[in-house]
Amino acid sequence: MAPQRPVVTRRVVPLLIAAALAAGCGHQSLYRWGHYEDLLHAMWVEPGSADPVTQVARLREDVERAAAEGRGVPPGVWAHLGYLHWLQGNTDAAQEALVRERELFPESAVFVDGMLRRLGAS
Amino acid sequence: MTAGGCRVPAAFAVALLAGGCAVQEYDYAPFRAHQPRSILVLPPLSEATDVNAPYVFLSTVTRPVAEAGYYVFPVAVVDALMKENGLPTPGEMHQVSLGKLREVFGADAVLYVTVEEWGQRYRVLDSSTIVRAHASLVDTASGASIWDGLVHGVESSSAGQSDLIGMLIAALIEQVVDSLSDRTYGVSRSAIQQAVSDQRRGLLYGTRHPGYDGDLRGR
Repeated sequence: MAPQRPVVTRRVVPLLIAAALAAGCGHQSLYRWGHYEDLLHAMWVEPGSADPVTQVARLREDVERAAAEGRGVPPGVWAHLGYLHWLQGNTDAAQEALVRERELFPESAVFVDGMLRRLGAS
Repeated sequence: MTAGGCRVPAAFAVALLAGGCAVQEYDYAPFRAHQPRSILVLPPLSEATDVNAPYVFLSTVTRPVAEAGYYVFPVAVVDALMKENGLPTPGEMHQVSLGKLREVFGADAVLYVTVEEWGQRYRVLDSSTIVRAHASLVDTASGASIWDGLVHGVESSSAGQSDLIGMLIAALIEQVVDSLSDRTYGVSRSAIQQAVSDQRRGLLYGTRHPGYDGDLRGR
């Protein structure tokens, strides 16, 4: 029988392999992901843990860091911020964020224009 | 991705080769005929008992698809807008016509997902976390199905334990830890990443990926 290995080993080894693979094969990731996925997970799975105020604070921090590091903001993040501002009744900030999404990702134009029309109507 | 450029463990490489030989070459012609730039991911249908399954999946799907070079619509905003417009469940969202989705979102393609199995299984000595889902990508203009894939991940928490007492202690610790954290989140993340980036069966690179021009699959 092999000696018992510490619990931590089986968690660290896959991480090391993943890191080696990422470093050896991958191109650099296209975007700086920050808190976006964790916030989505939290708002759906642990209701109350990621209210709009918290989400806005984290995502603002993310987009500032991405800018400082010269990295891309992932698709959807500015639109998500726009929606959060809309929920908070901050129409100007919502509009500004949605326009940023459309500038970075022209693929979002139909969707963003629809959101902007709804903002204007509300 | 070249085998020479990265240090893939030998056993892993052999498994990849063996897996590859057994599978017929995937037909990427429909994908190439309708190469999408943007992908709308709808909240998944679910056959699993874990009520969180569709939304854990949804929280982990943006990154791998976006990193493959596609514009991915903001999943939570899409979900919220659909709910506000009288579509409270994924089942109802999946009934919306492709024409309507194209009109409202301007999406080139829609990713329809069905979660088949999801959650943690406890046994006496260990536990395992399983995620399994089927994903299908449909072109909104033609209605053609352009890609489909199986997302499958299993993480056993007793690997590396070889003596009984150690396993029992580990199993107890795992159960305490599991009650505090959602393991499916991490397993879902790596399983989707694997399905999307699979060189023989995954998504082709999208136009925002630097490898797009050099991706000869289906050309």
